[in-house]
Amino acid sequence: MRAVGIILAGGNSRRMDALTDKRAVAAMPIAGSYRAIDFALSNMSNSHVQRVAVLTQYNARSLNEHLNSSKWWDFGRKQGGLFVFTPTITADNGSWYRGTADAIYQNLDFLRKCHEPYVIITSGDAVYKMDYNKVLEYHIAKKADITVVCKDLEPGEDVSRFGTVKMNEAARIEQFEEKPMVSNVNTISTGIYVIRRRQLIDMIEHAAEEERFDFVTDILIRYKNIKKIYGYKINGYWSNISTVDAYYQTNMDFLKPEVRNYFFKELPEIYSKVGDLPPAKYNPGSVVKNSLIASGSIINGTVENSILFKKTFVGNNCVIKNSIILNDVYLGDNTYIENCIVESRDTIRANTRHVGENGVRVIVEKNERYAV
Amino acid sequence: MIKKEMIAMLLAGGQGSRLGVLTSKVAKPAVAFGGKYRIIDFPLSNCINSGVDTVGVLTQYQPLRLNTHIGIGIPWDLDRNVGGVTVLPPYEKSTSSEWYTGTANAIYQNLEYMETFNPDYVLILSGDHIYKMDYEVMLDFHKANNADVTIAAMPVPMEEASRFGIVVTDEESRISEFEEKPEKPSSNLASMGIYIFSWPVLKKALIELSDQPNCDFGKHIIPYCFQNDQRLFAYEYNGYWKDVGTLGSYWEANMELIDIVPEFNLYEEFWKIYTNSANLPPMYVSEDAVIDKSIISNGSEIYGEVHSSVLGAGVTVGKGSVIRDSIIMQNVTIGEGCVVDKGIIAEGTKVGSNVVIGIGSDVPNKEKPQIYAGGLATIGENSVIPSDVQIGKNVAISGVTVAADYKDGLLASGETLIKAGGLI
Repeated sequence: MRAVGIILAGGNSRRMDALTDKRAVAAMPIAGSYRAIDFALSNMSNSHVQRVAVLTQYNARSLNEHLNSSKWWDFGRKQGGLFVFTPTITADNGSWYRGTADAIYQNLDFLRKCHEPYVIITSGDAVYKMDYNKVLEYHIAKKADITVVCKDLEPGEDVSRFGTVKMNEAARIEQFEEKPMVSNVNTISTGIYVIRRRQLIDMIEHAAEEERFDFVTDILIRYKNIKKIYGYKINGYWSNISTVDAYYQTNMDFLKPEVRNYFFKELPEIYSKVGDLPPAKYNPGSVVKNSLIASGSIINGTVENSILFKKTFVGNNCVIKNSIILNDVYLGDNTYIENCIVESRDTIRANTRHVGENGVRVIVEKNERYAV
Repeated sequence: MIKKEMIAMLLAGGQGSRLGVLTSKVAKPAVAFGGKYRIIDFPLSNCINSGVDTVGVLTQYQPLRLNTHIGIGIPWDLDRNVGGVTVLPPYEKSTSSEWYTGTANAIYQNLEYMETFNPDYVLILSGDHIYKMDYEVMLDFHKANNADVTIAAMPVPMEEASRFGIVVTDEESRISEFEEKPEKPSSNLASMGIYIFSWPVLKKALIELSDQPNCDFGKHIIPYCFQNDQRLFAYEYNGYWKDVGTLGSYWEANMELIDIVPEFNLYEEFWKIYTNSANLPPMYVSEDAVIDKSIISNGSEIYGEVHSSVLGAGVTVGKGSVIRDSIIMQNVTIGEGCVVDKGIIAEGTKVGSNVVIGIGSDVPNKEKPQIYAGGLATIGENSVIPSDVQIGKNVAISGVTVAADYKDGLLASGETLIKAGGLI
């Protein structure tokens, strides 16, 4: 492969409410069996990118636990491998990553030591499948300096959490606005970039000299008139999960057959850490409708239009509707849950009622599971 | 010098012919069990959970599935720098070349493998039992008794005792008598086919008996050790242990898993059972599905009804189909409007629509009444069943079948239908 990969997984998101209190966005569980970063990692692996760096900063415990072995994604080869870089104190630096460009700057040695001519940069918080080789071919054919993967949102969709781009007929990016309040453009940047490695090193070094730390505002937007920055549009499924609503919706999308088939059945597949859990168990009294159930779960109650992550225990006479129950949750008997996201490893007391009245509610109870 | 205190030798070469069409293309240890597992996962997981990290797996009959399943042992953490899992098939030698002719003969042919680890003890296991056992505790027992051979044994009902190797022990658990499948058993303590040998004792016995045809542990090695006044002890085990050698016991052991709190519990954090599980997505249960008292593995899609059944990974049950008291192994596709009653459907089989399996009366199988009994309909792996046919009880089906194979659209109870074809 002619490229190395960088996955930016350092961020948290205030718009994810309590969900990112205990983990980075990239470690958010997705679709019952996965974590957000699995999609970027599997895409890298399936595109034969063999050398991948994951840059982490915000509460990386959960993420590091997930990345405990590179073998899940078929990395860990003699040529290349998976590298996890957290900020460290060095002789000439004592700061956290002050932005995406700074994160790359602080790990510039990784890029200097590679021999691959190109770099693929992506974020760890999006759900998508992509063959990066196609973007790279496009990048080379266009003789671009930077290629930005873009997607058209539906007219009227909120673009205020994305960067919006406007291209000319040749697909060169002419306008780039970062997180505009309102915009008449509905093409957004997906945060996936292809760039020549030498070019990236130069730009990052230059930005660092000027104490500029953000890849989008300090590199993409500043350079757009002097460098050839092209957009590469995608039509397939791509979803960023970094708000509670987007996270909820992305998970619920997996109840649609076309999305499920696209990710679960069509090749190449998405890899994740193997949990060694037994099959899901349905006891007498269980009623399950239109739901995804992950392994290790035991169900005694009713589950409708919901996603149960690994090792969920649903007690007798429980009713769960339109909800997401994250890993290893225990739901006591007779609980009623509707329009909620229940945080992982939580215990919900028996005979309680939790309803998201105006939109989705995040439940974090932190109850003890076993009474002493 | 490489040194391992105890290594395990796992006998996985047998066909298990009493499982009928289930083992026509795979060795018994590779047969699926409990949804996502295979039978060999249980002894392999027991090994790693007991701290035994060197396991030789002896294969002979149809080893492909077993080899791909074991690989380099990653799922069981048996990919080690020193030791780990090694698959040991029979091999050609400069003087004589032979298949493994008996359990002890197979071990004898791999003396060299065992020597490389300089073990103090060798654990002999077979790959056809479902149980959780801490071999380290058994080893402690062996050492405490200064034993030469320790045989794991469990009490069985007296009327079944004549099916097993029976040991009679004194108060100190020392074996005073050993009977292989006795007509009139004098005890009900049955050997489980799990042995710990002190290495010099095993080595000597294997070499001494190397000319014995079909050399077997139960028939030759144990009696030989016994006659030579060696210290044989019985390690009594009282947990769950199930021989899944017949279709009936295989079906029963699977069905025991779906009890509300099963005796053999796979959901305990302690003593996990590991397997090579590639299929990751969660299962999807549709709007019209009804599931009750069942276990269903990853990646399955259920549009119909599933009652009291065990389903493997990647199974599709079509709309309107009803599965009851059945074992459906991985990647089986069942069309719409089918009824499956007490069926065992092996991996990769495709069942058309409106197929009824398990109807009619309980007529014994005409060809092999001993094997296909208990009212079960057994379908071998990668078979194809056409739409709109009916299949009776105590039947065996294997291969690609077409509508013309079913006279008046029916395969009556007790019939056998073996056709060529299907993926290997």
